[in-house]
Amino acid sequence: MALCSDRNISIHLGDILLRNPLVLASGVMGTSPTLLERIALAGAGAVTAKSCGPSPREGHPNPVMVAWEHGLLNAIGLTNPGAAEEVNLLIETKRLLKPLQVPVFASIFAGTEDEFGRVASLVAEGEPDLIEVNISCPNVHDDFGLPFAADAKSAAGVTRSVKAAVPGIPIAVKLAPNVPDIGRIARSVVDAGADVLTAINTMPGMVIDVNAAQPVLHNRTGGISGPALKPIALRCVAEIAKHVDVPIIGTGGVLTGQDAVAMLMAGATAVGVGSAFWYRGADAFKLINEELKAYMQVNGIHAVKDLVGRAL
Amino acid sequence: MAGPFSVRHVTSISKINENTIWLTFDGNISGTPGQFVMAWLPEIGEKPFSIASMDPFSLLVVDVGPFSHAMHQLKPGDSLWIKGPLGHGFTLEGDHLLLVGGGYGSAPLLSLAKAARAQGKNVDVCLGAQTEQGLLLADEFRNVGCQVAFTTEDGSWGSKGVVTIIVEQALQDANIDMLYACGPVGMLSALAILCRAHHINYQLSWEAHMRCGMGLCGSCEVPQSFDLALPVGWLACYDGPVFIHRWDDRSNLSLYKTQ
Repeated sequence: MALCSDRNISIHLGDILLRNPLVLASGVMGTSPTLLERIALAGAGAVTAKSCGPSPREGHPNPVMVAWEHGLLNAIGLTNPGAAEEVNLLIETKRLLKPLQVPVFASIFAGTEDEFGRVASLVAEGEPDLIEVNISCPNVHDDFGLPFAADAKSAAGVTRSVKAAVPGIPIAVKLAPNVPDIGRIARSVVDAGADVLTAINTMPGMVIDVNAAQPVLHNRTGGISGPALKPIALRCVAEIAKHVDVPIIGTGGVLTGQDAVAMLMAGATAVGVGSAFWYRGADAFKLINEELKAYMQVNGIHAVKDLVGRAL
Repeated sequence: MAGPFSVRHVTSISKINENTIWLTFDGNISGTPGQFVMAWLPEIGEKPFSIASMDPFSLLVVDVGPFSHAMHQLKPGDSLWIKGPLGHGFTLEGDHLLLVGGGYGSAPLLSLAKAARAQGKNVDVCLGAQTEQGLLLADEFRNVGCQVAFTTEDGSWGSKGVVTIIVEQALQDANIDMLYACGPVGMLSALAILCRAHHINYQLSWEAHMRCGMGLCGSCEVPQSFDLALPVGWLACYDGPVFIHRWDDRSNLSLYKTQ
């Protein structure tokens, strides 16, 4: 620890200062102010609340999550209390995290471009440091149609709607991996006003139990996260970084400091962490930060930003 | 790898009372008392159950909803898909133990009592329920050599009232090293307060609405308002279900804020 203490790992995500590059990914644990406080105390640079939509949703019935050989598969189904109640969660979270100097990001989803704008302006009352626009949840096709992330025009339309609704708050648009040309979609949402990109959401997948002759998840399909997602995420982040200049929160399968370094080298400015809690335990953020510092020490890297895009 | 779930087959079913059965399955399960499994019946659902016996693997199932009702329809030879053991169970420590079970909270305490008796520990048990028929496994606790006391809210068996009354008496009468409990949230909160007053170390098995069972979805957070000693953002499936509090142990404080 003492060996690494001289390494400053703070970063700027646009104008937002993070004490380290690790951001709690939306959808993991971010369902209450106290859980977000726990993650902040455990070493996150910033936390993202679970996505909220226009009205409360219970989500899908169980089973909602399983671990398989090379990753996790989940279909929680956007369980959330609705935007109006989310405001209270954000206000309380901001209050708890202020002394820790950990920024709080909101995450929103909706069914139409206009509705995205309405949810954003509601959530803005909670004064999040950034609003992440989830246009890519793979698990709610029945209610919300195909993710907006699949089409450059509608992705840009959502971005414009949110940007117009909350001119004073930076927005990050969360992109899906399963699109033919992620660079083009990144370009179009940045042209529409996105300040940050989050890449990537989970990859649609299915696990079948052969004894039951059934998909394991009640929703049948879910989103793949964890180790299987990492190479997909690295490719997407590198592709996006070639097309746009805005900061990227590189998310997907980061479990170790080396994984975080790889994500930065692919062009990410910050690094999303989620499934690592399952693989590495409650200390995941602390461990990844220590490993990142150790890598920087050994390789003579003085600032995290010096790693960004190195492998491009 | 066969998949996230392993298949178990029912070997026997015994009726405990009119809405409770003891389901025994083939094979054993290696875990500690207080751990749980996620049980899945395809096309019906998935629910957490505390392990009632490790060897043979057994579950105590109360018919309270659609899933447990489907479990009650299982016949010998039928399949149940399980994931686990999951979570953190009880830790055996001290020489004189007090076990407190509320209703079907008796289930994980029986395997704990067996393990404690096998090590020659002195085990007192307090069971509470609304009525006599809700007092579960009393004979099984006696059969392994535990002292058992009862309360029912309607006075149909044992003292009339809530279980904390006889717990308070037991704490005054004996030098208890550790209190273990499983049952409704209100009972656990009351026991935490009682243990604070008597400065008794305790291990409480918390029940909460579990969904993923893997510590990721956040559904099963147990708030500090239920027990002031709980760390902030404590998850029943991931950090628990058993919460251990020792009055001389400050090791948690560096990681989590406590109030």
